[in-house]
Amino acid sequence: MERETLLDLRGLTKAYPGVIANSEVSFTIGKGEVHALLGENGAGKSTLVKTIYGLVKPDSGTMTLNGAPYAPAEPRAARAAGVAMVFQHFSLFDALNVAENIALGMENPPPLRDLAQRIREVSETYGLPLDPARIVGDLSAGERQRVEIIRCLLQDPKLLIMDEPTSVLTPQEVQILFETLRKLSSEGTSILYISHKLEEIRALCEHATILRLGKNVGTCDPRATSARDMAEMMVGTVLHTPSRDTAAPGDVVLSLQNLTAPAPHEFGTALKGITVEVRKGEVLGIGGVAGNGQDELVAALSGEMKTGDGMVTLKGQSVGRLGPNDRRALGLLAAPEERMGHAAAPDMSLTENALLTGVVRKHLSKNGFLQWGKARTFAEEIIKAFDVRTPGPGNAARSLSGGNLQKFVIGREILQDPDVLIVNQPTWGVDASAAAAIRQALLDLAAKGAAVICISQDLDELMEISDRFAALNEGRLSPPRPAKGLTVNDIGLMLGGAHDMEVAHVEA
Amino acid sequence: MDINPVFLLAAVIVASTPILLAAIGELVVERSGVLNLGVEGMMITGAVCGYIAGHQSGSALVGFAGAAAGGAAVAALFGLLTLGLLTNQVATGLALTLFGVGLAAMAGQGYVAPNPVSVPKLPIPGLSDIPALGHIFFNHDGMVYLSIALVVAVWWFLERSRGGLILRAIGENHEAAHALGYNVRRVRFAAILFGGACAGLGGAYISLVRVPQWIDNITAGAGWIALAIVVFAGWKPWRLVAGAYLFGGVTALQLNIQASGLAIPVEYLSMSPYIATIIVLAALSGGRAPGSLGKIFHASR
Repeated sequence: MERETLLDLRGLTKAYPGVIANSEVSFTIGKGEVHALLGENGAGKSTLVKTIYGLVKPDSGTMTLNGAPYAPAEPRAARAAGVAMVFQHFSLFDALNVAENIALGMENPPPLRDLAQRIREVSETYGLPLDPARIVGDLSAGERQRVEIIRCLLQDPKLLIMDEPTSVLTPQEVQILFETLRKLSSEGTSILYISHKLEEIRALCEHATILRLGKNVGTCDPRATSARDMAEMMVGTVLHTPSRDTAAPGDVVLSLQNLTAPAPHEFGTALKGITVEVRKGEVLGIGGVAGNGQDELVAALSGEMKTGDGMVTLKGQSVGRLGPNDRRALGLLAAPEERMGHAAAPDMSLTENALLTGVVRKHLSKNGFLQWGKARTFAEEIIKAFDVRTPGPGNAARSLSGGNLQKFVIGREILQDPDVLIVNQPTWGVDASAAAAIRQALLDLAAKGAAVICISQDLDELMEISDRFAALNEGRLSPPRPAKGLTVNDIGLMLGGAHDMEVAHVEA
Repeated sequence: MDINPVFLLAAVIVASTPILLAAIGELVVERSGVLNLGVEGMMITGAVCGYIAGHQSGSALVGFAGAAAGGAAVAALFGLLTLGLLTNQVATGLALTLFGVGLAAMAGQGYVAPNPVSVPKLPIPGLSDIPALGHIFFNHDGMVYLSIALVVAVWWFLERSRGGLILRAIGENHEAAHALGYNVRRVRFAAILFGGACAGLGGAYISLVRVPQWIDNITAGAGWIALAIVVFAGWKPWRLVAGAYLFGGVTALQLNIQASGLAIPVEYLSMSPYIATIIVLAALSGGRAPGSLGKIFHASR
């Protein structure tokens, strides 16, 4: 189907010191088209959309919008021209309410009372219920995304840019989002859709542009191309699918009995009566939408948050009152979600970061003195085993890209030979080949007899590696079910359904 | 000896005004996400500038204008350092206090004369004739009315205006505000200048009205109290008024008690305003600090 051109990009190039983010990128987006932008981390997708949204100025190249030259100096100009963007990391303000957040994203917002009325109207039209008076800090991830989308819709955009919009949504919420996007597209709004999830792109988009190392390496029709072919175009090589030998699970190593804990801070979630057992050689996958107690559960397991006696039992010993280092000594290790500042100290070197969690199990101190030589060797071991791209262990953690640092922090825990390993979002923001390597490493660890608890919002990932699957919803854990044979619908229901969402009434 | 409640309450308002002025300025600064610990330095700079300007011109108005300009000038220095050169806000604020105290002591040499300029009282016609209440509330100089008007204006600006919404958003999450296209540095610099001007006015109220003369270290820690009141008031303008008047109130009361010769050791009386303020404001349970408070903003991160 031929469409009139809305946005025409010609030869966009942007270089940063040491790296060319975009090199001669050209493509066009038609009116009402849903256009996918694909690529690995660091392929230049973010730079490209920031250029379109006026946050980045290209070194060379031109853009044409509706036949007129388009060179936004700032996001304000882009919005005025009809370009709106939903960010990957939501650009929302926790302490403000929904209407205030939306007003901040508009050029000339009406008075708040009128705005609240318009928010209600638009949210009903598109099947995205939202109360304008609620404080954003209290909303679920799906509801927060609705705030962003409605903020864009209120400005009647011609082009809507969506950066990884489904990474935090339940399957039902994804369906609702897609209904909304299809309705918008049928009304003539173009959508530039960025995602790692190829099956979603196949379901939604009619055209895809693939970036690799800043260059446009090809286009395809996602409806007629398999996900595997698209992934291989992105990576440029043949992909390796994680595999494992299933073995009968062994003895129970970690058991949670009615684990209950209050929310640790104002926007946190309380844990409510979590009971589950994990056996040797088993991978327990825990799904759930962000903010349903994942961080709190990891904290309670790792020892960052202490819990009552008998709630957490490791190899027959109650560890609820032990701190992280005591639990590490007993064989329980954890890799939290937030890489910068939680799993790793950004301004410390990789050697220092390796030492921070490895000191107990790798015996990196002697008589109270640190053994830097051994720590360095350990860091080098991690870098080698997990293919961490860095000049050396003396580099600061901050200097690594997200995916590389993720490989480092996961590798650091795996190489300490844990009996129980807890990982939260192990492949978040990691490109396809690195994600496959991390998943394989987790499976190998389980095959060697460790118990692995993998908390993730990526359901494909959980289905790929889990033996059993459980869902976290508002601090409660569903009873685990064997992962084999679960359908997307089953999982969605376990996750607590679609959080009071209705499917949009598509009138067009 | 008796304590006359009418004169006491009127004195409370006079004692509270410098702190209220400095605190309302700092509140705006902190709501924009900047922690300026240099309030004491800006106050004392304002005190000496106000004194000199008033003394030279003979006009109270010129005096206060000079004080606001002086406070804003040292605040601008803080803004250039923290926003332009990305220095640490805590260290820079502390340095600003030391700098301001030293600068004021130097500039104030040779200006040691009492009553530099008279600040006229402006009784509000009609209202000031109300028995007792009239004297307490409506028989003051213009700065007292201005301080209250500023609190109302700041409340309205923060809660009702678009500019205030942008300022709060920048203080809450500067990266998101930047992504939406707001100029974080420009807004913060304006807030810092406002905070400096308010602190300067507060300082000048001490050197031109309360004391009124120039002596070294005249602000005597009032800037630190203003900082503490902002935090304990939970960054909310109305609670700020309560905190400032409570502090001023206990200060005035304990001075009266000292004068009346009650058998309470002076040390306990002197510490009572600090203790009372902290207890009451802490008991009211604090608000939430702005999310980006004290963090350095760098557009590329």
